Amino acid sequence: MKLTGAQALIKCLEMESVEVAFGLPGGCILPLYDPLLDSPIRHILVRHEQGAGHMAEGYAHVTGRPGVAIVTSGPAATNLVTPLCDAYMDSIPMVAITGQVPTTAIGTDAFQECDTVGITRSVTKHNELVMDAQDLPRIVREAFHIATTGRPGPVLIDVPKDVLQNTMEWYWPSDSEMLEGIPGYRPNTKGHPRMIREAARMILAAERPVLYAGGGILKARAAEALRELAELTNIHVVTTLMARGAFPDSHRLALGMPGMHGNAVAVTSMQKADLLIALGSRFDDRVTGKVSAFAPDAKIIHVDIDPAEQGKVRRPDVPIVGDCRQVIEEIVREIRNLLADMKPADTSAWHQRISGWQELYPYTYEQSEPGEALKPQYCLETLRDSCPTDTILVSGVGQHQMWASQYWRFDNPYTWVNSGGLGTMGFAVPAAIGAKVGQPDKVVWAVDGDGCFQMTAQELVTASIEKIPVKIGILNNSYLGMVRQWQEMFYDERYSEVYLSPEVPDFVKWAEAMGCVGIRVDSPEEVQPAIDKANEIDDRPVVVDFRTDSREKVFPMVPAGMANDAIVLSPGQDPSALRK
Amino acid sequence: MSMTSEQQPSHHIVSALVENKFGVLARISSLFARRGFNIISLAVAPTDDANLSRITIVVDADSAPLEQVTKQLYKLINVVKVTELDPRTSVERELMIATLRVASHTRGEVLDLVSVFEGKILNVGAEAITVSLDGHPSKLDDFEELLRGYGIVELARTGRVALPKLDRTALRAVKGKAS
Repeated sequence: MKLTGAQALIKCLEMESVEVAFGLPGGCILPLYDPLLDSPIRHILVRHEQGAGHMAEGYAHVTGRPGVAIVTSGPAATNLVTPLCDAYMDSIPMVAITGQVPTTAIGTDAFQECDTVGITRSVTKHNELVMDAQDLPRIVREAFHIATTGRPGPVLIDVPKDVLQNTMEWYWPSDSEMLEGIPGYRPNTKGHPRMIREAARMILAAERPVLYAGGGILKARAAEALRELAELTNIHVVTTLMARGAFPDSHRLALGMPGMHGNAVAVTSMQKADLLIALGSRFDDRVTGKVSAFAPDAKIIHVDIDPAEQGKVRRPDVPIVGDCRQVIEEIVREIRNLLADMKPADTSAWHQRISGWQELYPYTYEQSEPGEALKPQYCLETLRDSCPTDTILVSGVGQHQMWASQYWRFDNPYTWVNSGGLGTMGFAVPAAIGAKVGQPDKVVWAVDGDGCFQMTAQELVTASIEKIPVKIGILNNSYLGMVRQWQEMFYDERYSEVYLSPEVPDFVKWAEAMGCVGIRVDSPEEVQPAIDKANEIDDRPVVVDFRTDSREKVFPMVPAGMANDAIVLSPGQDPSALRK
Repeated sequence: MSMTSEQQPSHHIVSALVENKFGVLARISSLFARRGFNIISLAVAPTDDANLSRITIVVDADSAPLEQVTKQLYKLINVVKVTELDPRTSVERELMIATLRVASHTRGEVLDLVSVFEGKILNVGAEAITVSLDGHPSKLDDFEELLRGYGIVELARTGRVALPKLDRTALRAVKGKAS
């Protein structure tokens, strides 16, 4: 069967079970958009290519399936660089297809030509320039395989216009043919049995163990296995920013988020632990604080599918390269065997210490007095208590993101979508749209900042036209809030270029102009009715503009570069009990 | 192998078998730049298998822990196999060609030097000669140092290539493929 490259590429996407693609056509990718008309693949026409990338990420976050973005060459490809890097940092499976100038024009500085493969090399797990239409099925199969296996990540396929126009003889590579094409790629998923035995013994011998769960738990679909391990061993679990939802916050063993803005109990229990069981987590600087002072007495078991994470930051005592779910299940099996003839170490004193800290150090903030500005935490608590427990929460980057992670109750995996590694402002609106496309039956709320919202808000036009009813709550303090917080705390309250404007834009009018319902909230009494109204609307996007107190800061906080022991608590909390 | 009796090497030799495709060298060099690994020398050429090339990279040991270099290399899809070669248990070779200024009274001395080092005369001119020398990189260093006094017009070195010695198990293939 003879097909054009464009027809073949669409057929490849169908063979890979792609149901939806986010994109925007242009010169070099034009041939691909013609056969798309005859395909069952749903195409969502974005307003900016960055939006397509973040939508693909949001979709992948909540479905576990690779998100697909299709854009043209040159500026469209460069607009995709931020989401690619974001997906690379957070290990999000994604396949990006970019148009390229015809093969004969490559290297001539042609109109809308750029070295897409060169530019995206360091922000993709892999990328490939297709020089022959006949190679398309092989390259697409490899791309989806690479994006979704091992440590997931974004893969980019750059397709010159003439490759889309030329004809090829259709084929679809078998698994083994596909693997032959990538002899250097064989991720190891099964942990080493000796290391697994060693880990099991170490876990049972520990007196102050903590399970340090990272985003890899979610990538490996290992939430249930994690819960089984925690309950079997009676060990507390911290869930990093990328792992929120991987372990239920309402579980008796949940400690919540560690790190720079994590809660004091999660931070301190890691500091005082004698064993950290790192599962799909990568000792990120936002978690460790000053590395040399991080968990100084702890032995480390490190389970990760990426061998390069082992020893990158902290040398593990027991490194286990493998798929988190498989390895945890093996560890559980091994522990059950060991428990047949031995008793685990006594952790009751440790449990008492933790519960003592938990009583003293909850997240806390001061409620506003009547007539005072609205507290962002209050908005989040009200929103949390007004939404179904499987609501998908999406956030941008900054103070609102940290409050969202702190004050939400994540009891289900894949209900939290945010930009962790790259910290991409403007992530929330398009990622929420992608999430809603992936999980149309769930309520999707994005909590955004006013700074973030202004970076990508135009995608709400996409949401309106495509009937994707996401809900956006802007915690609007008229500031780049996190930067303001650092200037207040570390730059002597010298506020430099952080004040946006309380007047412009008018978020309600802007929302309405984009086909959304806009609601403004100024006082605590208005919060609940506004949320109820937003939750009732199901036929279009809603934007709620919460006008919040700009003086509010995120606590606790470990100042950048400091040891986690230097944690700054909320005003009024006495840190002395943490030192015991 | 034991590191106690001998001095810690100042460089690592990493030998990577890679798919013979365009762009692979760029992937490797951008990985090194991105991770702050300092390359001392780099040699690339096809192997007996037309689908594979061998890239021999000498890395400054101070700039990078060897383990991270090999693991990060393995993460590149087009890298098939990475081998670390300990300088003490491998054979290393390099080729140098140099054009030297010679006056009538120094010509004899330079020719003597070339002959002592078992180099070859490639080209002779009125005031300059071009010579080649292959051997262990440290021998090339010595030769270069001695030539300096006579005036080097131009000099090119290939960067080292290496393979494990046969009499000891120097070959330590890093086990397990990266994801």
